[in-house]
Amino acid sequence: MSLVTLTIDGRQVQVPPGTTILAAARQAGVKIPTLCYLEELNVIGACRLCLVQVEGARALVAACVTQVGEGMVVHTNSPAVRQARRLNLELLMSNHPQECLTCVRNTSCELQQLAAELGVGEIRLQGEMSPYEVDDSSPSIIRDPRKCVLCRRCVAVCEKVQGVSAIAVQERGFDTVVAPAFLAPLGEVNCVNCGQCSLVCPTAAIHERDETDKVWAALADPEKHVVVQTAPAVRVSIGEMFGLEPGSIVTGKLVAALRRLGFDKVFDTDFTADLTIMEEGSELIHRLQNGGRLPLITSCSPGWIKFIEHFYPNLLPNLSTCKSPQQMFGTLAKTYYAQKEGIDPVRIFVVSIMPCTAKKYEAGRPEMTSSGYRDVDVVLTTRELGRMLKQAGIDFESLPEEDYDAPLGISTGAGVIFGATGGVMEAALRTAYELVTGATLLSLDFEEVRGLEGVKEASVNLAGTELKVAVAHGLGNARKVLDAVVNKEREYHFIEIMCCPGGCIGGGGQPVPVDNEIRAKRIAAIYQVDRQMPLRKSHENPAVQALYREFLGEPLSHKSHELLHTHYTPRERF
Amino acid sequence: MELYRAHVLVCAGAGCISSGCQAVKSALEESIDRLGLKREVKVVETGCMGPCDLGPVIVVYPEGVFYRQLKPADAVEIAEEHLLKGRVVERLLYKAPEDGKTAVTSDQIDFFKKQTRIALRNTGIINPESVEEYIARDGYRALGKVLTSMTPEEVIECIKKSGLRGRGGAGFPTGLKWEFSAKAPGKPKYVVCNADEGDPGAFMDRSILEGDPHSVLEAMAICGYAIGANQGYVYVRAEYPLAVQRLSLAIEKAREYGLLGENIFGTGFSFDVEIRVGAGAFVCGEETALLASIEGRRGEPRPRPPFPAQEGLWGKPTVINNVETWANIPPIILKGPEWFASIGTEKSKGTKVFALAGKVNNTGLVEVPMGTTLREIIFDIGGGIPGGKQFKAAQTGGPSGGCIPARYLDVPVDYESLTQLGAIMGSGGLIIMDEDTCMVDLARFFLEFVQDESCGKCSPCRIGTKRMLEIVERITRGEGRDGDIELLEELGQGIKSSALCGLGQTAPNPVLSTIRHFREEYEAHIYHKKCPAGVCRALMVYAIDEEKCNGCGRCALVCPAKAISGEKKKPHRIDLEKCLRCGTCMEKCKFGAIYTI
Repeated sequence: MSLVTLTIDGRQVQVPPGTTILAAARQAGVKIPTLCYLEELNVIGACRLCLVQVEGARALVAACVTQVGEGMVVHTNSPAVRQARRLNLELLMSNHPQECLTCVRNTSCELQQLAAELGVGEIRLQGEMSPYEVDDSSPSIIRDPRKCVLCRRCVAVCEKVQGVSAIAVQERGFDTVVAPAFLAPLGEVNCVNCGQCSLVCPTAAIHERDETDKVWAALADPEKHVVVQTAPAVRVSIGEMFGLEPGSIVTGKLVAALRRLGFDKVFDTDFTADLTIMEEGSELIHRLQNGGRLPLITSCSPGWIKFIEHFYPNLLPNLSTCKSPQQMFGTLAKTYYAQKEGIDPVRIFVVSIMPCTAKKYEAGRPEMTSSGYRDVDVVLTTRELGRMLKQAGIDFESLPEEDYDAPLGISTGAGVIFGATGGVMEAALRTAYELVTGATLLSLDFEEVRGLEGVKEASVNLAGTELKVAVAHGLGNARKVLDAVVNKEREYHFIEIMCCPGGCIGGGGQPVPVDNEIRAKRIAAIYQVDRQMPLRKSHENPAVQALYREFLGEPLSHKSHELLHTHYTPRERF
Repeated sequence: MELYRAHVLVCAGAGCISSGCQAVKSALEESIDRLGLKREVKVVETGCMGPCDLGPVIVVYPEGVFYRQLKPADAVEIAEEHLLKGRVVERLLYKAPEDGKTAVTSDQIDFFKKQTRIALRNTGIINPESVEEYIARDGYRALGKVLTSMTPEEVIECIKKSGLRGRGGAGFPTGLKWEFSAKAPGKPKYVVCNADEGDPGAFMDRSILEGDPHSVLEAMAICGYAIGANQGYVYVRAEYPLAVQRLSLAIEKAREYGLLGENIFGTGFSFDVEIRVGAGAFVCGEETALLASIEGRRGEPRPRPPFPAQEGLWGKPTVINNVETWANIPPIILKGPEWFASIGTEKSKGTKVFALAGKVNNTGLVEVPMGTTLREIIFDIGGGIPGGKQFKAAQTGGPSGGCIPARYLDVPVDYESLTQLGAIMGSGGLIIMDEDTCMVDLARFFLEFVQDESCGKCSPCRIGTKRMLEIVERITRGEGRDGDIELLEELGQGIKSSALCGLGQTAPNPVLSTIRHFREEYEAHIYHKKCPAGVCRALMVYAIDEEKCNGCGRCALVCPAKAISGEKKKPHRIDLEKCLRCGTCMEKCKFGAIYTI
């Protein structure tokens, strides 16, 4: 393929045909500011901050949507370009509350960054502001249209990645707003609370519901026994909040930090991830052996659960009845742990640190009270915990490495890989294989189900039966798999679905920014943690074995069903 | 076929409908019936004849007598006198406003005399619901010619040679557009008619659809043949119910006659047309927004390129032309490109339809050769400014066009000359302003419209036009500040150069062109807190002429702010601190004692 030659700021650049000016400029080391642009997902030329001057063109053109042409002469830094970009930014700022100092995205806001870079000295254009109010109807996501710059990145992610379209552009002109259809409150529509919108929002127009105050209050309450669980994905991402490289493994520092905050016990969701494998693996084997409904589909991801309830209610019987590891933990903390330690469960306050905004919704579901109490009291996202640590003045990097508390902090490598797409599947296969065949697995790494491919398929020989499995992450990919199942184009025995791209490491509560490069680094870190664990199969977890021995009996026992399993609710599509 | 000795054409354009043509027509038909003339006289409802301020109008053939401003009783008189007894009813004829001279037939009236009708060749002449009448005026002959004796390349060449440019606003060469689509890879291809006419006051597209729908269908089929498309869509706004109705009927009839559908004229070429009704957003007249709307998505423009000719409807090559452009196609095919190119200016060929409105004697639709001067359109065809007032400016191109002051009245109107003056051709709206118009207020009015119709996608248009409007509003309220003009210019130029689509890029025109040509009016508002035209209320200073005031106290009584005081039978005075500038006192004073400074 012959290359196109163009001139950018006086220097010749050669790029393949079809390249945008923006990409060509990046290749040439020329930075063009962008706001609405989101690679491959949102290429709409709406914000007009990437304007450049192309000789011969009638007006300035948006670099993100304009393809290069042979002999094109581009100026990215002419007075006209600088003036236009600055004016457009000033216009955006004239309709943006000047609340930077108190804003949740202070120092991580792209608009703020652009204002600094483009040098808007003064906002001369004061006037009417966007007429919409904050929507706090959702347990997970706060919409603040006042801060919205209408880049539509959230809309693109919700529609194109997740296939949900809970939010879209409504009204027009100055009254344009991103909101659910007919401006309905977000908490009352088919939003699955995944929070992917909050990851791509350049400002604080969409952000997680902040519940740190509840945790501060519990920590300060001497009557409360406050325990915390950390999801697998948090240990490979929270370092980013403190300037560490994506993919830095900070498990020990995370534990130390939580102790510094004053939690009475620091436990690990990986423990109940192992437990989930015991229950779900047994469920799979049970369904396989007894002609139960197949394929069995995983149920760890609360965004995915709400999605299937809205969009594929007919497939609800296919879902595993297992609660998610977070919810199993909450239940056990207020039953097994309370009993074992002799603490009145009324006094136990369970906090979860999750990479996920949907977990907030999950913890509040009416059925999540099988301990006799609200199983999980507060869910904090990775971002919220990061903010708490900063408020507490904890110097994260210099913390020592500490270990989780026993017994609910003991886990295997199978538990930690729950944090990456394919991880639940791999953990289940490790255990199911050994339970069914009675043989020891030679290689524990099921490479076919790992990685960022949208839909992954594999086939595993399980004592003579070919077990066909599929793994999907991102609800758009989930749709593909489900449609193939519904249309009988594909037959599977077991499907893992994670709501967010990359799995939980790419969850909606994770530090921003997130892109595929960052997702890949976090995933690599997850598998590194797995490799370094002395035990890597859930059924070998001694604390889980003790739990069955002392409390539950066996997987799928009556008590297990009572405490660790749940049911689902068909919901309207809209 | 039945033969009649007389035909009465009743204009049933929307203008005449709203001035009561249906009642006139009924009265006429009843009288004809009563007089036993039913077999001798035929009443035909036509599309718009053009002179809307004269409506309801009718023309009686074979003489071609033109009657205007008719009431039902007038229709009875015409039936009894003219149709029965053969006597023209003098008092219902047109009289020129300048000299009172009576015109019997329409070709004696300047309004019609100076027009060249190509796009409007059939409107007001045929019954738009009759395909036979269209065929009788050479309808579908061009399609026949194209399908039986021309190659697609020859058709495109013919349109290219004619020099026809898009009549929707931007003036892109039509033949070139067809050629791009014909050569673009991708199938199927589509032909789209943009009938989303949105400029307030412009109604040429509606008139063509209502008065001559087949001309558009025929042209779309010709284009379909030229580019290799078999499906066409007409996107028409829901506010045009009559156009939708007549177009639907025309499509039905054309299918019935084998002029649309499979194997047209037995040539193996198939082409069909469907209607898509739009909800009336102004921005849906922008071609990419229109296509998005047809696809069922939010009507918003997207960046171009790719142009619709390459990637249009559902990503396929699509020719999209506006109604008036389509209406020009059949005559070009029949009479040849040389004929068409002989009309107009060097770069703008053919004619343009203008919707003449505002402070001008004859309002309505006029079609004139490109290059006609504004003076000819406004004074010769339009009959000048009413009430002996001075012409001040003309707004061309609709709300996002620009205004042209009196000193350019003799500039020949074409795409290039208007752009040079800071205005645009647009779809042909032409609003005339007299000396009583405040140019700042005018800019505010148009800006309010475009601001309201912004789709909200790109930031300069969404927020920029709002901020401009806020500044202009402030100026008209008397709160203008030093630097406002310069800020408006900066914003205007910024929006022009950076907005995503044509609407945004032209949205600042009303402000920029009024600043350019009437800067002193802005200065008067800002620095002297005066509105020279006496329009901006907040800038009025009311005063009482002591000589004329006899102290009746009426003004004090009606003043809502209690700003007027004075002893009975003695001159009153106004407290300007309290005065709200509402003007009620001036309205109510019987002695003309209250005036503004």
